[in-house]
Amino acid sequence: MSYDKLIFELSKEGRRAYSLKKASYPQYDINDLASNLRTIELNLPEVSELDCVRHYTNISKKNFGVENGFYPLGSCTMKYNPKINEDIVKTTNFAKLHPYQPVNTVQGALKVYYELQKSLSEISGLEEFSLNPYAGAHGELIGLMVMKEYHLSRKDFKRNKVIIPDSAHGTNPASTVVCGMEVVEIKSNAKGMVDVESLKSVLSDEIAGMMLTNPNTLGIFESDICEITKLVHDAGGLMYYDGANLNAMLGKVKPGEMGFDIMHINLHKTFSTPHGGGGPGDGPVGVKDFLKKFLPNPQVKKLDDYYYIANEADAIGRISSFFGNFLVELRAYSYILNLGKENLMQVGGFATLNANYVRECLREDYILPIKGYCMHEVVFDGLLDNPNDIKTLDVAKRLLDYGMHAPTIYFPLLFHQAIMIEPTETESLQTIDEFIQVMKQIAKEAKEDPELLRSAPLSTPISRSDEVFAAKHMIFSYRDYLEYISNK
Amino acid sequence: MSKVIDGLMYQESHEWLKKVSDDEVLIGITEFAAKELGSVVFVDLPEVGDELTAGSDFGAVESVKAASDLTSPVSGEVIEINEDLVGEPELVNEDAFNAWFIKVKISNPEELDVLLSAEQYKKLI
Repeated sequence: MSYDKLIFELSKEGRRAYSLKKASYPQYDINDLASNLRTIELNLPEVSELDCVRHYTNISKKNFGVENGFYPLGSCTMKYNPKINEDIVKTTNFAKLHPYQPVNTVQGALKVYYELQKSLSEISGLEEFSLNPYAGAHGELIGLMVMKEYHLSRKDFKRNKVIIPDSAHGTNPASTVVCGMEVVEIKSNAKGMVDVESLKSVLSDEIAGMMLTNPNTLGIFESDICEITKLVHDAGGLMYYDGANLNAMLGKVKPGEMGFDIMHINLHKTFSTPHGGGGPGDGPVGVKDFLKKFLPNPQVKKLDDYYYIANEADAIGRISSFFGNFLVELRAYSYILNLGKENLMQVGGFATLNANYVRECLREDYILPIKGYCMHEVVFDGLLDNPNDIKTLDVAKRLLDYGMHAPTIYFPLLFHQAIMIEPTETESLQTIDEFIQVMKQIAKEAKEDPELLRSAPLSTPISRSDEVFAAKHMIFSYRDYLEYISNK
Repeated sequence: MSKVIDGLMYQESHEWLKKVSDDEVLIGITEFAAKELGSVVFVDLPEVGDELTAGSDFGAVESVKAASDLTSPVSGEVIEINEDLVGEPELVNEDAFNAWFIKVKISNPEELDVLLSAEQYKKLI
C-alpha cells in the first residue's frame, strides 16, 4: 500500500463537488466588513464529491483502533466501549439540550448528572463529586486547587509542597506546578513501591499533601498504603488519588477506604467513554465530606424529587462553562447502569486475571523485572534470550505486522527496555491466547531472523517513520509542508 | 560496552565533569547515557550567569524515547553554555565526551571529592 496523497494534492482548479445557491444578503454591504476581510485567499482543496469520499474512506481504512484488533496499550486501559452508550446518546434527546434552558425542562439531564455523581461516590468511597472538569488532567488541577483551598481556609499558609513518587504519571508534577505548589519527589524502593522511610524524611508542616496512583505506574498494588496515608495525615497533609488505574480496583477496594481525601477519575479509562484525539473527555473530582464545600460551581443538588443548580460561596469558583462534557458523562452513566453493581464488581478481578495470565505465559520469553503478581498491567523488560540485541522497539513494530496494536514501550522509565501490556477485562481468552502466540513467535524470530524485526513493520501503510526528523521539524499543516519544501 | 574516559569525574546520574582550570569545569552526559536515550532531538540549557547548587537540575535533554533532567554535580556559576548543542543536539550522540553542555565556575571544590572515578563509574554501567 502506498501513502496517500493529501487532499490538497488532489485539488484541480475549478473542480466542484456541490453548487451552492447564489447567496444574497442585502442587509450587509461588503465594505462594512472591510476590517474583517481576509487579505489572502483561503486555500481550500477543489475536488469532486467522489474524490473527497474516496480520499476519506481510504484514510479511514488505515485507522487502527480497539474495534480493529487487540490493543494492549499499558497505562491507558483501552477497553472496548459498548455501543449501547452511543445508542443512548443518539436515540435520546439529551444531545439537543441547551445549558441555559429553564431548570424544570432539564430535570432528566440533571438527574443523570446527580446519579452519576452518586454512583462514582459509591464506587470510590468519597462522599461528593463534581463532574465539571473536562479531562483527567483538568480534574487533577481542580483536585489540587481544592487541597490548596482547604489549607488556606484554615489559615495554614505554609503548606505549599506536594509529595510525588518518582514512578508517578508526568501529569502529577505538572498539575502541582500549574497549581502554584512545589513538587517533592521521593524514590521508589526495590519492589517498585513507595519507600516509607524516604516518605517519613520529607514530611513536615510545609506538606500540603501527597499524590499517589494505586496500583502504581508499574502495575503494582502499594501494599503499605494504609501506613502511607496515616503518615501523611498525621503530618497534616491530604492524600490525593490519581484515578488513572482505577480499573484494577473496581469491586475490590475503594480509594476512600484506603485513606484518600481527593481523587479524579478518567472516565475514558474506567467507564468506557471515547479515548484520544484530544477529547472530549471528562475528569470527575471526588472528595471526602469535609472538603465538599470547596468543589467547583455550578453544582447539581436535589430537594425531594426536584433537581436544581446551586452556586456555593466556599467553592473554589467556576472551572468550566457548564457541567463538563455532558454527553461523555451520559456514556459513563449508561455503562455503569448497563453493567450493574454485580458485573461492575467483577471488572477489576478480570482485568487483573488477564494481565497475570499474559505474565505467566510469556515469562520464558521476556524478562520479568518485578517479582510477584501484577495488577491490571504487566511490565516486561525486553527479550529474555536475546543474542542479536533486538530492542523493545523492534518487537513492538513487528506486532503491527500481526495486526495487533503495539503495547506501551519505554515506559515506565525505571526499566531500559520496558514493554507494558494491559489486556483489560473486555478481551476474550482466545484473543489473549492469540496475542501470546504472536509474542512467542516474535521472540523466536528475534533469534532466527533479526533483520526481519529490525525492518518491521512491512505490512502497514508506512514502515518506520523518521522520529528524529519529526521531532525536529514541526510540520503540522499543508502550509508548513509547502514552506518546508520551498526552503529545502 | 560504552566508552568511559579516564581522568574525568562522573556521577551516578550519568553526567561527566572535566576540570579545565583550578575552578572551572565542563559538564556533559556520558556515552552510556546518550546511547540509552537514543537520538537526542532537543537540549535545554541554563542561562550564562545562573547559579547552580550541587544536586539541582540545570537543564534537560530530550530524545525520541524520553526526556531527562540534567543534574549538576557541583555548585557555582554558569559561565558559558555550548550553543552548538541547541542547533545540533545530535552532537551528543556523535561524541558525548566532546559535547559539553555548560562551563561552570565552581564555588565549593570539596564537592568534587565525592564524585566517581572512571573505574567506579565503569562498574555502574
